[in-house]
Amino acid sequence: MTHEAIHASVMSPDPMLAHPVTIKRVIWETDDTFTLQIDMGDFGSDYGFRPGQFNMLYVFGAGEAAISISSDPAQPRGLAHTIHRVGVVTTRLAQLKRGDMIGVRGPFGSSWPIDVARGKDVCLVAGGIGLAPLRPVMYALLRERTAFERIILLYGARSPLDLLFRVELEEWAKERNVEVLVTVDRGDSSWKGHIGVVTNLFSYLKLDARATLAYVCGPETMMKFTIDELERRGLPESQILLSMERNMKCAVGFCGHCQYGPEFICKDGPVFTLPRVRHLLDKKEL
Amino acid sequence: MQTENLTEILRQHPFLAGLSDRHMEVLLGCASNVRFAEGAHLIHEGQVANRFYLVRTGRVALEIDVNARGPLRIQTVGPGEVLGWSWLISPFRWHFNGVAVADVRAVALDGECLRVKCENDHDFGYEMLKRLSQIMERRLEATRLQILDVYGTTPGVSV
Repeated sequence: MTHEAIHASVMSPDPMLAHPVTIKRVIWETDDTFTLQIDMGDFGSDYGFRPGQFNMLYVFGAGEAAISISSDPAQPRGLAHTIHRVGVVTTRLAQLKRGDMIGVRGPFGSSWPIDVARGKDVCLVAGGIGLAPLRPVMYALLRERTAFERIILLYGARSPLDLLFRVELEEWAKERNVEVLVTVDRGDSSWKGHIGVVTNLFSYLKLDARATLAYVCGPETMMKFTIDELERRGLPESQILLSMERNMKCAVGFCGHCQYGPEFICKDGPVFTLPRVRHLLDKKEL
Repeated sequence: MQTENLTEILRQHPFLAGLSDRHMEVLLGCASNVRFAEGAHLIHEGQVANRFYLVRTGRVALEIDVNARGPLRIQTVGPGEVLGWSWLISPFRWHFNGVAVADVRAVALDGECLRVKCENDHDFGYEMLKRLSQIMERRLEATRLQILDVYGTTPGVSV
């Protein structure tokens, strides 16, 4: 797969201009992760995005954060972001209420390819908050269910309380030819599901290596172990795609804040084919 | 008839994929079909490890007793996987509890019986060791990833 296939993405005409939008709803997914549903107002009339792209969310007086879009790309006016509260800006985002305003600019970056997956099996592997950027892929695949073969979602989280989108996970699992396997690193006696790392879930699958595309999103260490597992099952590296994460500032490749070797995560990524970033994965302090 | 069925069941289990007919015959003498209801203990921490299990259906949780915190679930073993290798390694005692979290169907393999056969037939013993070593290596790798607690905050990515 060429990098062009994942770079046919939508981009805002004036990428540095933040548009004021209103918070429509705040949904707490877990103790520290929440989804902001956004009323786009006038900004929404010609807004569109592709699965895997991100927006810069601007909290007035606090700063900006790059946040993946977690909603359905077919309903761009129903924009939503699922956010892990980890720093100053995301903590301020977590304090927002319905009716509050923030600035949005975007969408930015490359996207998970949907068209090239037609007629193929798609294996999504998500770890932790990494499920959020893959949720739009699930929406896109399910919208045209017959265009794809098997859809597999492997999802790992730290504990049962850290699982995102639990209701949707159950709904997706009921779809025809969709396999959803969920595991947690730590469980207690009330948890009847899998316990162990997400790569363990491959034990319960038989992948058709030639016909499968794998989209992987999560912490880098988890992605490295997942790549090993996929390659052990015969998937060529050209059929493996990753979403990389770095702090971003300008989101258009000017500032160099998110430089990753010769790549800029904001402009060239965040979605990359494995061959493009493989040589960077084991480098320290990149 | 029962033996034929058990042979077929064993052949279908990934742990025994590609095992020769001769070695399958050796193994068969130590194998039996077993079922456990949800909540049943398959193995007990500290007790003699005289069996191991090829899980066919259901799920077994491995637990370790942590004094003040009670039993801590650290892993589950499901269909197509192997439960236990302490039967092969002295002093042949379980280090965990194994509890069925769903009804389990499995093939139980008598550890003592297998140890004797491994000693008497080193080709067979080496075959068993190779297969178990692969599982141990994968579990070790998974355990390393698990203790890294990768879903915590990523250093340098905390806006």
